[in-house]
Amino acid sequence: MRRDPLARKGLTARLPQAWRQPLAVSGVVIAVAWLVIAVAAPWLAPHDPLAQELPRLAPPGPDHWFGTDQLGRDVLSRVMHGARVSIPLTLALVALSLLIGGLLGACAGYFGRWVDETIMRLADLVFAFPTVILAMVVAAALGASLTNAVLAVLVVAWPAYARVTRGLVLGVREREFVLSGRLLGFSAWRSLRVDVLPNVTGPILVLATLDIGTALLLLSGLSFLGLGAKPPSPEWGAMVSSGVEVFDSWWVATFPGLAILTVVLAFNFLGDTLRDALDPRTARAIKERAL
Amino acid sequence: MSGDAVKGVAAVAPPRPRRQALPPLARFLIRRVLVAVLLAWGVTVVTFVLTNLVPGDPVAANLGQRAMSDPEIVAQWRAEHGLDKPLWEQYGMYLQGLVQGDLGDSQQSHRPVSQDLAEAVPATLELAGAAILVSLVLGVAFGVIAALRRDRLSDHLLRLVSLVGISVPTFWLALVAFYVFFYRLRLTPGSGRVDPALGAPPPVTGLHTVDALLAGQWDVFGSAVGHLITPALVLALYTIGLLTRFTRSAVLEVLGQDYVRAARAKGLPERVVLFRYVLRSALVPVITVAGLAFGSLLSGTVLVESIFAWPGIGQYAFKSATTLDLPAVMGVGLVVGVVYLVINLIVDVLYGVIDPRVRLR
Repeated sequence: MRRDPLARKGLTARLPQAWRQPLAVSGVVIAVAWLVIAVAAPWLAPHDPLAQELPRLAPPGPDHWFGTDQLGRDVLSRVMHGARVSIPLTLALVALSLLIGGLLGACAGYFGRWVDETIMRLADLVFAFPTVILAMVVAAALGASLTNAVLAVLVVAWPAYARVTRGLVLGVREREFVLSGRLLGFSAWRSLRVDVLPNVTGPILVLATLDIGTALLLLSGLSFLGLGAKPPSPEWGAMVSSGVEVFDSWWVATFPGLAILTVVLAFNFLGDTLRDALDPRTARAIKERAL
Repeated sequence: MSGDAVKGVAAVAPPRPRRQALPPLARFLIRRVLVAVLLAWGVTVVTFVLTNLVPGDPVAANLGQRAMSDPEIVAQWRAEHGLDKPLWEQYGMYLQGLVQGDLGDSQQSHRPVSQDLAEAVPATLELAGAAILVSLVLGVAFGVIAALRRDRLSDHLLRLVSLVGISVPTFWLALVAFYVFFYRLRLTPGSGRVDPALGAPPPVTGLHTVDALLAGQWDVFGSAVGHLITPALVLALYTIGLLTRFTRSAVLEVLGQDYVRAARAKGLPERVVLFRYVLRSALVPVITVAGLAFGSLLSGTVLVESIFAWPGIGQYAFKSATTLDLPAVMGVGLVVGVVYLVINLIVDVLYGVIDPRVRLR
């Protein structure tokens, strides 16, 4: 009973309407389709994504819907298997940065003083660099590999969560139900876990949904620069990069790029819908419009 | 007589608190600048620490196989680049050089990093500047239209456009645009900043478009603009999407305010309400977002410049990061970090000047 009752009710009451929009529906459909492809790629893909057994650079046709690349591999199969590389990594990446950034931000907001100063100045420093350049330097420093690319994105991704969580926690910290919990003798950690965090998760999850797209773009961008996935791996960014070499054969780069675009788009549709369902400012604007 | 009286009063009156000496705006500016300087120092620490945590061996990245096998050459190379000294001493040397404008020599180009950057930075500023201009004009216009036509077809279409804009992988879009507009349609000139047959204009600002105008070379100006259009548009698409969404919600929020309703109620023409009442306050937060967007533009250049062979800091950063050219990487990190800080400072100050409430925080 410690959750803010108004916020919960507002969310569930507004969700169904928001989810009936065409953008939301197509977001769900595309995202689910990609998840299915990621799981079922070994059975769905017509060819082995790594086998170099087909004619080289064959244009799209009835035999190979997306054509073949310069090593005689089926582009469609590679794009499908690419979902197994990019999507789980991106989701894990966002979950990790949410966890790290959220926890640090919550500590900063809840404990204040030097904890707050230390964590937020650290976040400021990360914000002082443009993301791709910082991620690129970190990835290059750690050595080119997909794991290191994920770490590099993690380094630039957590501060956003820290900032948002801190702001939200600051807003909740002095509320009566939190104070009464403390008066009942809750420890700081218990208060944070039981009273504060459940009341800030909604907006942070929205941020995370919107962030999935950004994280995928950044991760595939690093792979495109040669700082992520290693060549035989069917990673989408690396595939676009290999398409640059065979400029004439447009299909080599086009389809993996479209894969990135559709996944990012789907999660942005979802995040956008979630935000409309949650954001009190937008909700207020709608209400005032109706008056 | 009156002079003495004034003196007497001054002597009797208690000294004013010193804090009153500076107007709030000046205090706000000083505080902001101090924070920026502190962050700039932090940037030097971060770039230095990052580039020195490198597990990858810069020796291996720069010397050939045969040179690597000779320990004497390796030791000499390390001594030449100061890699044999303790870390804090290296940082001290780095800071000392920095104060004198010396960023060290690039291990790849064998030229001072500051010289390399002096050539690369204007190229990127030209590209990013053109992109932010395009995105401000289009993004704000789209956002205002979407807000005014809320829930109609144009609003939904613009929402779709802006969502696609923030979802497209920039590097892929650059490739597609290059393929379609240059390779297939021959509509735009190819890579680089200007037609090599014409040559670059005499350098004044380093921005080819401006320099060509200053020199009165119209053909060079045309070529420079032609080369700029596609990469700038590709780079701008993300920011256009961002600004459209932000402007839309900012305008919607203002439209619901009482003073807008009051302005309408007293019969002001819609045009006056829109420009004098709505946009004036709705566009203030847009400045902040545009400043942040400039940072994402600087990031995007890394991915766009390589496709269009644009000789800017993005390409330079990429080349030096992949070859572990440490002085160059530090130089890029520092310059980009500082450019970013300065932009944020300008945005902060503009914001404080426009909206007095900000200064009191």
